[in-house]
Amino acid sequence: MTADSLSAPYTVEFPFERTVGPKIGTFLGGLRDGRLYGAQTERGVLCPPLEFEPETGAETGKLVPVADTGTVTSWTWVPSRPGDPVPHDFAWALIAIDGTTGALFHAVDVDGDSARMATGMRVRARWRAERVGQLSDIECFEVAP
Amino acid sequence: MRDVAVVSFAQSPCQAANRRDDMADILLPVIREAVYAAGIGRDDVDFVVSGSHDFYEGRTFSYIESLDAVGAWPPISESHVESDAAWALAEAWSWLQLGEGDIALVYGIGRGSLPADLDQVVPAQLDPYFLAPLAPHRDAIAGLQAHAAIEAGLTSEQGMAEVVVRCLDAATGNPLAQRSGQVDVARLLDAPYVSSPLREHDVAPIGDAAAVVVLAADDAARRLAERPAWVRGLDHRMDTHYPGVRDLTTSPSTRRAVGRAAELAGFTTSDVDIAELHTEYSHQEAILTNALELNGAVVNPSGGPLAGRPVTATGLIRIGEAARQIRDGNADRALAHATSGQALQQNLVCLLEGDG
Repeated sequence: MTADSLSAPYTVEFPFERTVGPKIGTFLGGLRDGRLYGAQTERGVLCPPLEFEPETGAETGKLVPVADTGTVTSWTWVPSRPGDPVPHDFAWALIAIDGTTGALFHAVDVDGDSARMATGMRVRARWRAERVGQLSDIECFEVAP
Repeated sequence: MRDVAVVSFAQSPCQAANRRDDMADILLPVIREAVYAAGIGRDDVDFVVSGSHDFYEGRTFSYIESLDAVGAWPPISESHVESDAAWALAEAWSWLQLGEGDIALVYGIGRGSLPADLDQVVPAQLDPYFLAPLAPHRDAIAGLQAHAAIEAGLTSEQGMAEVVVRCLDAATGNPLAQRSGQVDVARLLDAPYVSSPLREHDVAPIGDAAAVVVLAADDAARRLAERPAWVRGLDHRMDTHYPGVRDLTTSPSTRRAVGRAAELAGFTTSDVDIAELHTEYSHQEAILTNALELNGAVVNPSGGPLAGRPVTATGLIRIGEAARQIRDGNADRALAHATSGQALQQNLVCLLEGDG
């Protein structure tokens, strides 16, 4: 009766410039300089910095530099795909940056060995040599010695 | 408050991919069925509202195509939400509460099969600075949540597989399900991870379908249905978007929504006979059951989303299924839950009741 529809490939892109404001702007500028920043709030420094405290809706305070080391609070093991930050299988993880509240979402590289992943493990940022002010300036996190 | 009820519900079969029909072709027979079942004509509908997401279609204002199945001439009163169609039902309910009309038609149309690679499309719904640039795998944030839920002792990989087994078994009674059958836990646990600790069976299968609910108020509802499923309470709330700043093992927005819905309804979830939960992943049943404080209710007797997840129609189907149980006399009180966003970020709760 009805033939199957014809189909054609279609690539979705998002090619926009954005203005990000003083908080996210300072954070992204920090990444370009190889440094992590968090925002001061009543319950501690929030990293990554949100513009508003998620619990109370209060505006967050000034941005302060924080360490680039932290502790994994949860993780999921995934196969590597083209374009991923790690060229072999790796974990996406939530990383509580030292001295901050909340956790940063990023990749953790353990040389493709999922047995080396554990909640509570210590990691540190592996920075790219060429940085442009975006989250991928941190290539991934790796096991801290 | 006006008394507003679900008087009719219809859906198309959940399909992994429907390449034969366009949006309007999928929707048209479902609208006809729901309108016919309510015993009304198109002219009797005072308000039409739908829910869908453009990013699954890869074009803007994609839902306009579905209006061909609604009939927009002469001009109709019409609206759309960029979300699961359960949120469209919330808009229709508010519209009826305001006394703007007596009969509303709500529909959801979702075609999750269109993206060639969901890993490229799902990050489009994420924060553009902190998450989207990393392009996490489609199930990665749910994987973090599942891992956290297991470490918190809420469930286990075995417990998650048991949820899947129960849902697929229940779905054998649902001819519109995408997946169903008798499977055993040990065999499920042999499968590889897609995003640990999630295996393929833990992820509700995305697909294509449409669903339609007809709502009516007061005398119209009593006239159109022998046993209307009264919407006694409805509320929706959201948690913050970024997964690193919320406890993924709890769902405060669900808790808040059910609290408000129960206040409106005058009964609580311990009085509910059945609950249809929008579980996009098997581990979320434990989180939702806790947040809703379900106590003895049969969960997802239709099979639930783990048996079929037509994007943006799945939440509305939960309300339709819960209402069906009341209209068929299988339940006196029922709960329906819908979610939107990553890892249960946004949640809607609807409490329904039949005449005593």
